[in-house]
Amino acid sequence: MEVLFAAPALPLDEAGKYVAGAYVVFLVLLVVYLAIMAAKVQRIERELREVAAIAERNKEIQAGPGREAEEAAPYG
Amino acid sequence: MYGKGLKPLSIATVAMLALSLSLVFFYAPLDADQGFIQKIFYLHVPLAMVALVGFVVGGVFAVLHLRSDDRKWDAYSYVAIHISVIFGVAVLITGAIWAKASWGHWWVWDEPTLVSFLIVFLLYATYYPFRYAIEDRDRQARYASVFAVTAGAFVPLNFMAVRMAESLVHPRTFATADGGLPGEMMLTFLVSLAAIALLWTTLVKFELAAKSASGQVKRLRRALDAPVAGGSSRIAPEVS
Repeated sequence: MEVLFAAPALPLDEAGKYVAGAYVVFLVLLVVYLAIMAAKVQRIERELREVAAIAERNKEIQAGPGREAEEAAPYG
Repeated sequence: MYGKGLKPLSIATVAMLALSLSLVFFYAPLDADQGFIQKIFYLHVPLAMVALVGFVVGGVFAVLHLRSDDRKWDAYSYVAIHISVIFGVAVLITGAIWAKASWGHWWVWDEPTLVSFLIVFLLYATYYPFRYAIEDRDRQARYASVFAVTAGAFVPLNFMAVRMAESLVHPRTFATADGGLPGEMMLTFLVSLAAIALLWTTLVKFELAAKSASGQVKRLRRALDAPVAGGSSRIAPEVS
């Protein structure tokens, strides 16, 4: 174990690989997480559009021909 | 509600991460013993600290859920643990890379610090199957909170036990009163810690906002699809 402690610092060109590796791994994890979250947000947006379409359709049904006739003849 | 303040928080996080990276590579001096490889310290240690604190925070939220029975706290607890598990993956990988460069081995099984973190990580990895094995939503939230409280209490106990154990090769960070770091290194470390803590907070808020939006859309769809007396559907006035 003393050998491990006595090990000299790695030369810059060799150490650079490991340092770059560690920071790139962190960056990749972050990007993968953000990509997954972006896909989730896109799905929510799509669902929201569908819900808005349903709401519009319901509104049209509610304000259908019967209601239009009622509104056109207020004294009837 | 959860997305409030997310934009300034995200900008602050990016700025802090940029400052932290600048300090790591252009300001902090090279370590006399480890040389350039020590730069991993400014990523690995803050990630480990924030992940462990995140697990404890998840436990605190779980306590609040059990006390109030408010599902909001269960969501907070779940997301805190979720983001901490992701940070835990980063800790294990960056640690293995540092170990390989410093000690010549990707992993040292005799080292209490490494093994204890792995145990904590694996414990929290069981949180997901445990949680989703329960179908009833109320029971799921309650049992998950009990798990989060128990595991959250285990984290500081585990940390103290490791500090008391004899270290084989892993250095004891901040074992001395002054932290054992020269001024420039300490400043760089503190900025890195703040950047990683901000990143954790931003990701937690982001995930909570996405979960909240998804839940509200689902509730809205159910409200629209449900047949209402009179033949029409109505949107719920307020969906929390």
